[in-house]
Parts: sequence; structure tokens; C-alpha cells
Amino acid sequence: MVVHQLSDHDVDLVFRALADTTRRDIFQRVIGDGLSVSTLADDYEMSFAAVQKHVSVLERAALVTKERHGREQIVHGNLSTLRRAAALLDAFEEIWIGRATKIAEILGEKGSAT
Amino acid sequence: MTVISTSTDPIALSLTVVAEFDASPERVWRVWENPRQLERWWGPPTYPATFTRHDFEVDGESRYFMTGPEGDTPHGWWRMYKIDGPHRLEFANGLAGDDGEPIPGVEPMAAYVTFEPIGGGTRMTTESKFVDESQMEKMLAMGMSEGMTQAVSQIDELLTSEAA
Repeated sequence: MVVHQLSDHDVDLVFRALADTTRRDIFQRVIGDGLSVSTLADDYEMSFAAVQKHVSVLERAALVTKERHGREQIVHGNLSTLRRAAALLDAFEEIWIGRATKIAEILGEKGSAT
Repeated sequence: MTVISTSTDPIALSLTVVAEFDASPERVWRVWENPRQLERWWGPPTYPATFTRHDFEVDGESRYFMTGPEGDTPHGWWRMYKIDGPHRLEFANGLAGDDGEPIPGVEPMAAYVTFEPIGGGTRMTTESKFVDESQMEKMLAMGMSEGMTQAVSQIDELLTSEAA
């Protein structure tokens, strides 16, 4: 999936999906090896169906994929969807490093104490 | 080394940058308070900022514009939420239209700045929080020439192709 081509609608889905604490938690936990829906459901004080619903919202936003293993459904996190956000944050990081460097320069000038 | 650490959280859409300076918190505070000092560092090198208003008080607002290499002048604004000098500063930073006034419907980003004394110097921590990617892109496009925006999207493409 090429994240670069996410439409505004897709981006909306991603952020709506991540606006919920439980879904953010689920997403973070399924990055890497992935977890079954029933394992996930054991850790939340809500019904299996409610957890499954959260997983579906994440799935529609392409943040996770589900894979069937026998009777189990394994949920995997899709990190690439987040890469664009990471790249944007990196750009802001560069801006702040530039600003801090310039502040240090201003502070080091003669008579800057006044 | 001025900047001692940075961290980004792509899920929470936040960025934290920690810098240390050989000056007292009172002195570092003044580079924020004094608009003539502020405009010397706020804009990127190719987009120097000019603050036309800087009401540095709670609920006070600022107006600024930046001048790009091709004479383009993107406008921005601040609204101060907390001013506790020389310890803590909280404000919103948003995009303004050509008239210099906030663009309705475009949410500002939030900035939280903490100043701590450390052995005669100051540790300044800035945290930036964003609402969504489209806001980040708009804010970013503001201090950037075409070339830089392209560079960012190229990096981005590289990252996504690596992931694919």
C-alpha cells in the first residue's frame, strides 16, 4: 500500500480510528507479531464483540489487517500507514532544531543580556 | 550541542525537542517575549518572520508573516493560553489568510514550552501537538520553499517504498 496516495477520506479514517484510547492501545499492541482477537479481548473490560468492533474500525482505516488461523483471527498492525505522519514530524523536528540553534546564537551575542 | 534530545510520536502526533542554553531562564524567556528577538529565530532561514503584533499576556494574540525567497508572505497567528515567566508558556499557532487574520475552520497546533534552570543555564523543552496530517502539511508548507516541500515528499516516498 502506497501511503503517499492516501486520499483525504482515508486520512480521516486513520485519525478517527486513532482518536479512541482503546483503539490506539490495540494498534500499538498488534505491531510486530500480531495478536488474536480473543487474546486482545481478554485484556479489556468489554465484550468480545466490542473489541471486534474496534478492530474493524482499525481495519477500515488500513491500520491493521486480519488473518485467519484455524479458529483464530490474528490481527496485525500496518506500520506503513503511520510513516507519513512520522515523516511530517521529522520535518517539524528539523525546524525546531534550526530555531534552537538560532536562539543559542542570539543569546551568545555581546550585550544580549540587556 | 544546543539540542540535546528530540522525540516524535506519530500516533499522538506530537514532537518534543529539548535544548540547553548558557543563559538564565529569564534571558531565554526574553527571546519569546520580545518580538524583535522572537522574529530573529521563529522563521526558517529562508523565511524570516516579522511580528506585527505580540500581546504577550494570557488570551493575548500575535500576528506575524514570513517573507519567502520569491517574495511570498505566508501569515500566521498565536493565541497565548498560559504565561508563567520564566517557567512555562502555552499557546496556539495557526495559519492566517492574506489579511493576516486566522483562517476559520483551520485548527491551530498547540505548543507547550517549559524553561528549567540547570547550573547557570536553561533547559528549554518545546512540545508541539498536531490535530491531523493535513494540518501538519499546511503548517509545514508555510515556511517552506517549493524545493524543500519536494525534498520532504521525496523522503516520504523513500520511507514508504522501504516499507512496501
